[in-house]
Parts: sequence; C-alpha cells; structure tokens
Amino acid sequence: MANTMQFDLVSPERSLASLQASAVQIPGADGDMTAMPDHAPTITTLRPGILKVEAPEGTSEYLVTGGFAQINGDALSVLAEKAIPVDEVTRSHLDELIAEARASHEAAKENGEQTIVDEAAKLLADMEALGTHMSL
Amino acid sequence: MPSLKDLKNRIESVKSTRKITKAMQMVAAAKLRRAQEAAEQSRPYAERFNAVMAGLAASVGGSDSAPKLLRGTGSDDVHLLVVMTAERGLCGGFNSNIARLARAKADELRAKGKTVKILTVGKKGRDALKRDYGDLFVGHIDLSEVKRIGYANAQDIAKDILSRFDAGEFDVATIFYAKFQNVVTQIPTAQQIIPASFEETEGDDSGAVFDYEPSEEAILAELLPKGVATAIFSALLENGASEQGARMSAMDNATRNAGEMIDKLTIQFNRSRQAVITNELIEIISGAEAL
Repeated sequence: MANTMQFDLVSPERSLASLQASAVQIPGADGDMTAMPDHAPTITTLRPGILKVEAPEGTSEYLVTGGFAQINGDALSVLAEKAIPVDEVTRSHLDELIAEARASHEAAKENGEQTIVDEAAKLLADMEALGTHMSL
Repeated sequence: MPSLKDLKNRIESVKSTRKITKAMQMVAAAKLRRAQEAAEQSRPYAERFNAVMAGLAASVGGSDSAPKLLRGTGSDDVHLLVVMTAERGLCGGFNSNIARLARAKADELRAKGKTVKILTVGKKGRDALKRDYGDLFVGHIDLSEVKRIGYANAQDIAKDILSRFDAGEFDVATIFYAKFQNVVTQIPTAQQIIPASFEETEGDDSGAVFDYEPSEEAILAELLPKGVATAIFSALLENGASEQGARMSAMDNATRNAGEMIDKLTIQFNRSRQAVITNELIEIISGAEAL
C-alpha cells in the first residue's frame, strides 16, 4: 500500500499546492472527512472550512470556500473557488466572507424559501465558527 | 511640392508617432506575458472542473430531474449573446472580429425567427454593435476600472447572467470571445454556456465509479452555476491575452510603417534640399556670366 498520494489544490486563479500527502482532512458538505491513500473514489462538495494536509514534510492548512474534492484512490484534487493558506488569512478576509454570507442569508430570508434560508444560515454559522477556530 | 519646412515637420511628427507605437508595443508585450501566465494558471482548474462535470453530466444528464442549467428550458426561442471585448482600442482587428462573429450569429438567429438579446462586456464591443443592435441590449458590464481580472469579476458576470436565466429572460446563452493562439493569431470563438455542454474527456476517469456526497444531483446543482463562472473566467483570461497579443502585433506593424514613412520622407527631403541648392548655384552662375 502506498503511503502517500498525489494531492492538488487548485483555485480558478492559480494552483496552490501539488505534493505528496499522507492524509488530507476535507471539510465536506455533509461533514468532515479524512482521505488517505487508497480511499474509495469519492466526489464531495465543500463547505467553507479548513483543509488540513498532512505530508511527510509537514502539515499545512488552507482556508477553502466553495468547490469540491475528487478522491481517486491514489490522487486527490481539491477545486476550491477561494483558497488561502491559513497563515495568510487575515481578519479582513474573514469579514469579507462573513459579510457575503450574511448578505446571501438576508436575500434568502426575503425570498422566503425555507431550505435556502437554512442553508444560508448554516453558511453564516460556518463562517463565524471558522473565525473563532482561528482565533482572529 | 511641399516646402522643406513642411517636410521637416512631417518627419518630426511621424517620428514621435513611431515612439508612441513602439512604447505601446513594449507595454503590450509585458502585459501579454502576465496575461498568458494568468491564463495558464487557471487552466488546471478549468480542465479538472470540466472533467468532473462531464462525468456527472453524463450520468445524470438524461434524467428529467436534471437541473435546468444542464437540460435547458425545453425551448430555444430566446438567445442571450454575451459579447466580451476589450475596453480599449488600438489592437488591430481584435474587437471588430469578435463583434463580427456576434453580428453573424445574431443575424442568423433572427433570420430563424428567434429573439436575440445582447449583453456586452467591455466598451468596444458595445460601441461596435450599438448602431445595428442597440435595441437588443439588455445590459452592459464595465471592466474599465479593473486592472487585473480576477475570479470575482467572472463571478459577478455569471451572477448577472444566472439571475436573468432564473427570471426566464432567455433560454440559451452563448459567450463570444477570442481564443489566444499566438501573438499574431486570435480566433474569435462562440461558446454555449447555458444549457451547459461538457466535452467528454476520454480515459481520464479510468473507469472509477465515484461515491457522491451528497447526491449526484445535489452536487451537479451546486456546481453548474460555478461552471458558468469558470467558463466566463477562462474566456475573460483568453480574451485578455488575445487583446494584448493583437495590440502587440498591431503596434509592431504601426512602428514598422512609421519607419518606412520616415525613410521615404527623408529621401524626399534630401532631394528637394539638393534641388534648392542646385537652383541657387545656377542663379549665381548665370548672374556672374551676365556681367
């Protein structure tokens, strides 16, 4: 069994990481999951959260929002709309995201469809939780 | 016959024109490099995205529960043409080529009795189409303030288009942009984005059957709007590189032409100067002989 798998993190604007990883923790839409080499082929959408990559050279963390992850046994690609290394995340990044989430929450409330309101509320909560998690 | 002074002025003015076009060419070359880099960096995302979408679309596409963005509205009466051009001119045939392609498409659709709506991105395309199709414009997106095109710009455009789609304003959306081939060749391209069509990529999925979390339909519904943004983003970047490439070769031509003109004018200037000198000599000599 292989100990590592090819891990790629790409955003529309650039490719952020391409390395051999031993385990990757993914903030999936239905809950966190950790993918290790030889994981069953899976595609999952992401919720805003922290992506944790464990590689032989050390671990790295990224803040990701929107997109999906494709797990393919020996390779894992994460396509995120926004991906920022956690060290580079600042309060203003987060404020921006929270403001965005809040705006969509408000818009959903006006439209009045319950599922969308719930989803937006969840997104908002996710964002705020993220802030506390990173103690910003 | 222009006087010596006129010729001299002419030469000076062409020289300064040449300086300007030369500078513009160099600026375009620098910007082209950056635009190409940006386009290259966005490619992995777009490729993977399309590969996954193609797989998803193939497995869900046939069913009736497929999202409207993939299946279409069931009719194709109203077409939205999204014409993406540059904000500036002086780039050869770049803007007019895109406008011409859009015009041909609009005429073709109208001849078939379809309704055409036009959304312009970039000022030049709007100007080019305003006279003939001004009444078809439904909106304009201004990118003149944007220094460096980011994914956020594409998202804004996608949001605009999607809200129109949700409101039932159109059935089919097509984007028009120029694909960057190389510095001298840019290919005006029309690409249908709604309903989405994804090229099947062979041999990529290695026959793996994926688990989907949440369901296939839910993922597809979430990703399709992103697909629109992704398509627009790559089109914007291609367009950016094409614009700079077109400007670079146009300015290169202009610089060369200015150089040729200067040579011609200089020869003319020297000839008339000699003629003046000869004339004066003849006058002096014949004056002396007459004495």
